[in-house]
Amino acid sequence: MADTAAGATTEPGQADPSRRDFIHIAAIAAGAGGAAALVWPFVDQMNPSADTLALASVEFDLTKVAEGQQVTIKWRGKPLFVRNRTQKEIAEAVKDDTASLPDPQTDAERHKDGKAQWMVLVGSCTHLGCVPTFGGGDYGGWFCPCHGSHYDTSGRIRKGPAPKNLVVPEYEFLSDTKVKIG
Amino acid sequence: MSGHSTYEPKTPVTRWLDSRLPIIRLGYDSFIDYPTPRNLNYWWTFGAILSVCLVSQIITGVILVMHYNPSAAGAFASVEHIMRDVNYGWLIRYMHANGASMFFIAVYIHMLRGLYYGSYKAPREVLWILGCIIYLLMMATGFMGYVLPWGQMSFHGAVVITNLLGAFPIVGESITTLLWGGFAVDNPTLNRFFALHYLLPFMIAGVVVLHIWALHVAGQNNPMGVEPKSKADTVPFTPYATVKDAFGVSVFLILFAIFIFYMPNALGHADNYIPANPLVTPAHIVPEWYYLPFYAILRAVPDKLGGVLAMFGAIGVLFALPWLDTSKVRSMRYRPMAKMYFAILLVVCIILGFCGAKLPDDHVIPHLTTFRVIDADLNSFVWLSRFATLYYFGFFLVILPVLGLVEKPLPVPETIASPALSHPASAPDGAVAAPEMKG
Repeated sequence: MADTAAGATTEPGQADPSRRDFIHIAAIAAGAGGAAALVWPFVDQMNPSADTLALASVEFDLTKVAEGQQVTIKWRGKPLFVRNRTQKEIAEAVKDDTASLPDPQTDAERHKDGKAQWMVLVGSCTHLGCVPTFGGGDYGGWFCPCHGSHYDTSGRIRKGPAPKNLVVPEYEFLSDTKVKIG
Repeated sequence: MSGHSTYEPKTPVTRWLDSRLPIIRLGYDSFIDYPTPRNLNYWWTFGAILSVCLVSQIITGVILVMHYNPSAAGAFASVEHIMRDVNYGWLIRYMHANGASMFFIAVYIHMLRGLYYGSYKAPREVLWILGCIIYLLMMATGFMGYVLPWGQMSFHGAVVITNLLGAFPIVGESITTLLWGGFAVDNPTLNRFFALHYLLPFMIAGVVVLHIWALHVAGQNNPMGVEPKSKADTVPFTPYATVKDAFGVSVFLILFAIFIFYMPNALGHADNYIPANPLVTPAHIVPEWYYLPFYAILRAVPDKLGGVLAMFGAIGVLFALPWLDTSKVRSMRYRPMAKMYFAILLVVCIILGFCGAKLPDDHVIPHLTTFRVIDADLNSFVWLSRFATLYYFGFFLVILPVLGLVEKPLPVPETIASPALSHPASAPDGAVAAPEMKG
């Protein structure tokens, strides 16, 4: 087909081959383009739906959490740790700012200014998503039972397979005793 | 291999059908007249056993769906409803749950058979690769099926496995969100896993058809790894293979029944009888036994992405196997060195499975703390799985390619029939040698 077009040896009685080529290419392009355009809706339907996205923020009353206590709430289907840290925990976290950290961050970067006692973390291990427990591990913070990741009192990864610190979600203080997460 | 069809329709109806849809001819050529190597042993009955497993899983699965409620709120209760209230629901569910384990036992034996007898070598590369695809589909199906009861192990297993894909740079997180349909494993995840768990077995059935097609083009391998050269090397599928398969299936079903009726939960995990709770992870999370070796490989690598790549690589290497093995001799029966390394591989796979079930930092030999090298405790399961992982990859990537070049194989017989016919036992009258020729 292409040869005939290039050589321009149009046989009598036949339509101009370049016109036929054009129709073939146009038809294939339209078909392929249409199919490609249809792929996205079929993939995107898997992504979070509007009602799932609508439930994305929660408010929490901090007066429920005494010093040295931790409350776990459910946020976006995952556990969320709200921890009222003791002075000792804060001091340990600040002291380790200069230690060698796999995912370097200072303690101050992980809490709101002037609210060092409040640590708000997504309670989902950054390795494979298990829920770490507080009090275990070598660094006084959280320990993930699944594959042995150790986090310190600031929720920073110190040892084990997890690559990142426990995630600090987007949150703000609505008042001194109330936070809005998400 | 199959040659010309010898099927002759005998009645007017079959003649009429044969010229329109030669389906009886296809069945006759494939399962009655089909020539099979005369020396097939019982390791060759696992194809039939696996077919039985697939059919059993599909039938019991379709029945379970009639009583199951695919929602995060109702799934766990509906499984208990099946177990307690549905007539014979316990039987159907135990058949399905243990059937998955049986399926994997059979497929592992089937794969090791192929590995030992060199069934992946030319001209059976495509046959082998189709088998690897079936295995991958089985793993995906098994995983998603395990999520459906929505117990603690279901839920956190799903969390861990979907998070594995998050290890991939750039696209990982989007893929995970796409699988979840939310910010965590939740109702949308359960629903799509249910849909896919229903779909995949039929895809497996489709690939099985291709697998058998490829098998019938290349012909079956056999314990000697020598291609049949004449009619003396083969026997017809029926009755020889049919009866042998039927016997193998029967023995296998006895084992299956022992599990169903006497120890239906032996292969499962007690924590999966606790309803899913996203806020608490079970203290010791393990996958089903058939994934344990891969789980051990995952944990052996101290890096998240590295671990995930090693785990997928452990399956990926099987796809390349036909080109990694450089030996011209097909069956390990004539490869003394390869036979030895194969035996070690077998042990290593079992060790990996064992390590996968243990906590990584626990001691292999209790109360022994002397094997410390700098910061590493070599007497721990994580180190044992590291050594085992090294051998696993070493076997495929180093030993097999090199061995084919340096190993001196034993003499391989010319034909399948020759050792049998020259055997002293068959010398007197040859009656044992070719029973199918005697009518």
